[in-house]
Amino acid sequence: MNPSATEYAIDVQKLNKHFGDKHVVNDVSLQVAHGEIFGFLGPNGSGKTTSIRLMCGLLTPDSGTGTCLGYDIIRESAQIKRNVGYMTQRFSYWDDLTIRENLDFIARLYDMPNRRETVDHALESLGLASRADQLTGALSGGWKQRLALAACMLHKPKLLLLDEPTAGVDPTARRDFWEELHRLAAQGISVLVSTHYMDEAERCHKLAYIAYGKLIAQGTAKEVIDSQDLTTWAIHGDRLSELSEQLRTMPGVDQTVVFGSALHASGKDHAALEKAVQQAAAGKDLRIEPIDTGLEDVFIYMMSRSSDNYGMPS
Amino acid sequence: MTTHALFSLPRWWSVVLKEFLQLKRDRITFAMIAVLPIVQLALFGYAINTNPKQLPTAVILGEQSPFSRSFVAAMKNSDYFNIVETLPDETAGRRALAQGQVLFVLNVPADFSRRLLRGEHPSLLLEADATDPTATGSAVAALPGLVQPVVEKDLTGPLAHLNGAPAAFDVQVHSLYNPEAITQYNVVPGLMGVILTMTMVMMTGLAITRERERGTMENLLATPVLPIEVMTGKIVPYVAIGLIQVTIILAAAYFVFHVPFEGSLIAIYLAALLFIAATLTVGITLSSLAQSQLQAMQLTMFYFLPSLLLSGFMFPFAGMPVWARFIGNLLPLTYFNRLIRGILLKGNGWIDLWPSVWPMAVFMVVMMGIALRFYRRTLD
Ligand SMILES: Nc1ncnc2c1ncn2[C@@H]1O[C@H](COP(=O)(O)OP(=O)(O)O)[C@@H](O)[C@H]1O
Ligand SMILES: [Mg+2]
Repeated sequence: MNPSATEYAIDVQKLNKHFGDKHVVNDVSLQVAHGEIFGFLGPNGSGKTTSIRLMCGLLTPDSGTGTCLGYDIIRESAQIKRNVGYMTQRFSYWDDLTIRENLDFIARLYDMPNRRETVDHALESLGLASRADQLTGALSGGWKQRLALAACMLHKPKLLLLDEPTAGVDPTARRDFWEELHRLAAQGISVLVSTHYMDEAERCHKLAYIAYGKLIAQGTAKEVIDSQDLTTWAIHGDRLSELSEQLRTMPGVDQTVVFGSALHASGKDHAALEKAVQQAAAGKDLRIEPIDTGLEDVFIYMMSRSSDNYGMPS
Repeated sequence: MTTHALFSLPRWWSVVLKEFLQLKRDRITFAMIAVLPIVQLALFGYAINTNPKQLPTAVILGEQSPFSRSFVAAMKNSDYFNIVETLPDETAGRRALAQGQVLFVLNVPADFSRRLLRGEHPSLLLEADATDPTATGSAVAALPGLVQPVVEKDLTGPLAHLNGAPAAFDVQVHSLYNPEAITQYNVVPGLMGVILTMTMVMMTGLAITRERERGTMENLLATPVLPIEVMTGKIVPYVAIGLIQVTIILAAAYFVFHVPFEGSLIAIYLAALLFIAATLTVGITLSSLAQSQLQAMQLTMFYFLPSLLLSGFMFPFAGMPVWARFIGNLLPLTYFNRLIRGILLKGNGWIDLWPSVWPMAVFMVVMMGIALRFYRRTLD
């Protein structure tokens, strides 16, 4: 198939994968448009890494179909590998090679023309030119992450699959990283990125939330929030944990979460929630206000609603 | 439509380069390459002495006579035998041998001197524990030389007429447990194949499992590099290492152990090259089969032991039972042992070598097929 003719950079339907009798990826379907940054969220062990591996042909799905850049994920994994940049969750470059040697090896594997210039350029823009001959194993986590990103983009892929690229990276580096992602997206590169960070989720064009192998919600941040149809009240004041315990037992309150100085109470029944919050706050020195339900409220809500289907026969 | 990518020389070369770089930084492996042949040569060549002396010996004296006393004294003087005890009868002698207290029992028959004086050419009986023929071989070989001096010393004056040919008496050697003999020069050339088997299989056995355990395999699998490029690329540096080892061993064989070099050096290197390639495919195959480095090590031992035992290195091939020879015939080391001994000791030419060359080539192709079959292209 001709990649440019396809509407989506990633288009997969009903992917399934079992490890033993664990149903790790359960009917996952998703579409990532060209030039889109697609956030892939979900708790640890929910199947993000496995889904990404299925999409780039590193794992074979038990069932399901799909294309990556127009190439079939089962039969055309060779083409997918040539055109996709995959950054593994765990740093997977060679610790006993220098930074330059790692980049050079990757460049050779992709048969890059102008290999030397490409590697030099990557080292320059990484800011690692002066340390190019250091062993990679000696780099700190943040630098390793930047190297990994540079390496997986060396062959100028049209699609990036990034598996928790910013885990353990400091905030400044994370901000730089996301600015870079948006620059790439503006050039038409599509990005699927898994993450734990809410602020990162909010910077994605689209999101998907996965729990226990199932996609629970998908769309823009607004669509994801709206899909759950939650109302949220914020309560400011002291001794919020006690209040949280109390609220949780009241009708209309589906979830309470303490965020620093504020307590968020969310529920589907708008009227009942409002009544409960006002009742709980009555006579106390508390400030209450209705707020827009945030992504984090929704993710916590979805997480607690999704059932653990692991180990169940399917 | 399944798409098959073609072998790419630049990609293959990139794997080769990477392996060389990693090897260069792996000091332990590097040391092992040089030290292993030296340690093994020292062990097999010296510590496992092929010409041991002062071997424990018992005597059964059926009679006390000047002749028997002289002969026992001559044995002691030869430095090969250490007379540790005198035993009453043959049963006691057999028991001492069976229990390994002595390696030899010399039996002087009761009527030995009477028959000697009558000119009947009697025999002394030496029973030898030939479990390890290399241990007893030299001592046994030295025995006939002990007879003549005794005869010359004791059969003088009126008895001088007995002192002629054939010798007045001889020593019958009765080898127990393993009647085979082994030539001494067998050991050092044979060692070449053993050392190569050990290092080549072990080092390549770890090559792919290491990538898997360090997590770098996922990265390799995500690039366009093909299994055949990874496998053959990983093999190349070890070919160079194998040839270095061959050189070390050949130098030691020539300068230290004075093994004769009857055949051509080129033939030796070509035989070694073929053997190294065949052995490396074994390592790569084990590496694709194993889940972890530990498993790879275990599989290596599983391959190494039969090679050591059934290839004709430890025991003469012709003396092995049919089943053992069958297994031996499947191992490249068997053919390499024949090749290297044939070239070094017998000076065999190309035509003599061919019967041992093609089986190794076939072995290599089959192994590579298995390795590719089991190389996992995905993380499943
Ligand atoms: N190769 C594997 N064999 C068996 N189980 C696996 C394998 N890879 C992942 N799993 C299991 O599948 C589940 C999902 O893992 P993963 O996809 O890594 O989740 P995430 O990336 O969201 O943390 C986990 O429970 C994990 O233990
Ligand atoms: Mg993961």
